[in-house]
Amino acid sequence: MTALMEAPVLAPAPPDRRYARQRRLAWIGKHSIAIVLGIMFVTPVVYLVLLSLMTSDQALTSDYWPNAWHPENYVRVFEVTPLPRYLLNTIIYAVSSTVLVLLSSVPAAYALAKLRFRGRNGLFLLVICVMMLPPQVVTVPLYLMWARYGLTGSLAPLIIPAIFGDAFCIFLLRQFLLTIPSEYLDAARVDGCGEWRTLLRVVLPMARPGIAAAGLFQFFYCWNDYYGPLLYTSENESSWTLSLGLASFHSVHHVDWNLVTAATVLAMAPLIIIFFFAQRAFVQGITLTGFKG
Amino acid sequence: MTAKPLGVRVRKGATTFSFLAPALIGIAVFFLYPLGSAVYFSFTKFDLLSVPEWVGLDNYRRMADDPFLLQSVRNTLWMVVVFVPVRIIGAVGLSMLLTQLKRGAGFFRTVFYLPALVPPVAATIAFVYLLKPGTGPVNHFLESIGIQGPLWFNSPTWAKPSLVLLGLWAIGDLMVIFLAAVLGVPASLYEAAELDGANAWQRFRSITLPTIQPVVLFAAVTGVIYTLQYFDQAAVAGSIASGQATVGGGISSNFGFPEGSTFTYPLWLYTVGFRYSALGYANALAIGLFVVALGVTLILLRRAKAFTGEES
Repeated sequence: MTALMEAPVLAPAPPDRRYARQRRLAWIGKHSIAIVLGIMFVTPVVYLVLLSLMTSDQALTSDYWPNAWHPENYVRVFEVTPLPRYLLNTIIYAVSSTVLVLLSSVPAAYALAKLRFRGRNGLFLLVICVMMLPPQVVTVPLYLMWARYGLTGSLAPLIIPAIFGDAFCIFLLRQFLLTIPSEYLDAARVDGCGEWRTLLRVVLPMARPGIAAAGLFQFFYCWNDYYGPLLYTSENESSWTLSLGLASFHSVHHVDWNLVTAATVLAMAPLIIIFFFAQRAFVQGITLTGFKG
Repeated sequence: MTAKPLGVRVRKGATTFSFLAPALIGIAVFFLYPLGSAVYFSFTKFDLLSVPEWVGLDNYRRMADDPFLLQSVRNTLWMVVVFVPVRIIGAVGLSMLLTQLKRGAGFFRTVFYLPALVPPVAATIAFVYLLKPGTGPVNHFLESIGIQGPLWFNSPTWAKPSLVLLGLWAIGDLMVIFLAAVLGVPASLYEAAELDGANAWQRFRSITLPTIQPVVLFAAVTGVIYTLQYFDQAAVAGSIASGQATVGGGISSNFGFPEGSTFTYPLWLYTVGFRYSALGYANALAIGLFVVALGVTLILLRRAKAFTGEES
């Protein structure tokens, strides 16, 4: 286990053969663990993909290898659902909500982490409390509120709340900003930076990995959100998102388990690609904070 | 410190407020207002159709002798005590492993994150099938290396550990957070420790862990809240393992299968509210959950402060 926990910096190698061998063994050890874990992580996803390539009859059995391959299941999904429209709605919801949430949550998190004012702890606790109410409980009053403004049936009730920040995101960002030493900020203030400038010029670049993580989170949450779209857009199919489309697909085609998994894989695919490229943002944090390795 | 002139204080206050204004409005509209309604409903008899009827503390009294409540509380407690720490340790370990990889780090980051992208319902179904006691590939594999596999989701002792396994598999979210935190630790700290001859474990203990402590606290608090609201996976796993629902079908009446071992508090809350239409009692249950979550969070925050001297 110690190999797992080793700090992410390698000691400069002394000119010692035994040491070099140890390092090579450690290298092999770490990569072997990664490969074994990787297989464990990937297996159920592969199983879903295999299911999506079976006939609907075979998909109902507990076989895990298709007797014959049916890639045309993926084409069928496009034939029976307006997938492009769902996709567009999902992108509108996820992108605008992520941008708005970050714009409103970053300053709030900064204030809660680095500014001193009366009632700060109380306010922080209030932010945490927001996450504690079970979603089903706040549903009825909030739905009635949106209905009063005639906004149900559209994406507005999903996007507008993002203007006012998200408790989870504020909490996450605050905890990240706490890891930034206050000396950096004090230096900027001594140089005459106002708080907003300190945030933009000093804090934002240093907090990039944290902000990237929070942004990804919000984006992926919206992409897979089922409860919200079900509540507010189900009456109007032109506002449906992917998750809702998939679920309705689910209930109509619940025997065609192969099609359901094919649709699930299709909904996941863009996220996998986005994540593969976005994860570089975390690595960039390395160079920004002068990380070696 | 000398008192600052009034003008400076007002300006400072205005700046602070400008950072917080959107969040304050959000809390008022999307939290305080619905919370107020929930508290009100918890004192009523209400079925969504007729007008709520004030019944005072009846709903709360009813909680005292509710056998289903007791059972669901026990299961939920088990999940909190086991699932939350296991998830944090797993995610920290995984992110530390990722920082160590010289080759294919980007690839492994994506692979470990992959399961977090599978919609929970689909993931649960895949897991129940993979872990099928007789025919599932996992038990086939265990058999081939001479191990008698457990009954997983069909055994009252193994059902909750199976859910934990399912949760661990989808650990990518938390891993990403810890990865970002670990990568943010200033390199100069490690260099100084190395000069002092600290080994890998010591460097982790005395540098990495204290630096990312606020993020660990985040994981603990959100983990507790998440586990207290744990619903989808328990509902789907129970109904599919019991064989009552066909694949992809809705939630069966068999919540908590087998023998109530996966019957969690939110399942009971849902049953009361949406199957029995006893929204007053459901709201009382929700307020109870809220109060407990708040209590646990306060204890966690207070302890964290004592440990790290976090500025207050």
